[in-house]
Amino acid sequence: MQAKALVEQFGLTVAAGEGGLERLVKGGYCGDLLSEVMANAPIGCAWLTIQVHQNIVAVAVLREMAAIIIAGGNTPDEGTRTRADQEGIPVLLTELDSFSMAGKLFKAGVVNEPG
Amino acid sequence: MPPLKKCFHIKGRDFIHAGQAAITVQKLLRQMGIAQSLIRRIAICGYEGEMNVVMHGGDGLFCVEIDADRISLEISDDGPGIEDIARAMERGFSTALEEYQEMGFGAGMGLPNMENHSDELHIESAPGKGTTVRMLFHSPETGDSQED
Repeated sequence: MQAKALVEQFGLTVAAGEGGLERLVKGGYCGDLLSEVMANAPIGCAWLTIQVHQNIVAVAVLREMAAIIIAGGNTPDEGTRTRADQEGIPVLLTELDSFSMAGKLFKAGVVNEPG
Repeated sequence: MPPLKKCFHIKGRDFIHAGQAAITVQKLLRQMGIAQSLIRRIAICGYEGEMNVVMHGGDGLFCVEIDADRISLEISDDGPGIEDIARAMERGFSTALEEYQEMGFGAGMGLPNMENHSDELHIESAPGKGTTVRMLFHSPETGDSQED
């Protein structure tokens, strides 16, 4: 599934990184501690977080993520949007909390490969 | 493959450019055809090292050296230094400011992540004398550059 399919299916708002909407979503991850996400998020995942500052983009690039989904109605800083545009990392917004959004993704078939 | 060394400046408290050195090195290693599994380990270690300088250090230098049989990262800064290195290595121990912890940094996982994802980790530091972290990655893995 491409990141743009998540946008269409779940009515997410594209806040930045539109150029990366064709990235393939290969799994999902929830986390707000950046070191924990950096070490454990699956490659190619959609990352659900409530962090909004621009360093989330660096984590997404280095972890080769498909998209960042900012949950809970939070909105990204301007610097986050600029950096996401530069790097082509979609930053998607939902009013849902991380748990509820993760449940929807899981139901839609976004699952992590074992190991 | 002739050895290649590149260095990048890191500025303490500069969260705008934080992570950029690690990203640049990631792209460089990709262009060189280094195995993805190794690039991913280096990305984690480089990111953590860079963020430590941004959070704790003064100014720093982030150097990568690529040899035929190993890659090294050396990240040094002229910041406050580490008082107790053994304590700093403990998972969960952090001296990060509360405002950084609220941003999701300073979970006490940086140095443990570096230790787990490098083949060798060496830290030289003393209070008031800055910190130098060297990480070695042995024998660049080959053959999986097309994975994923």
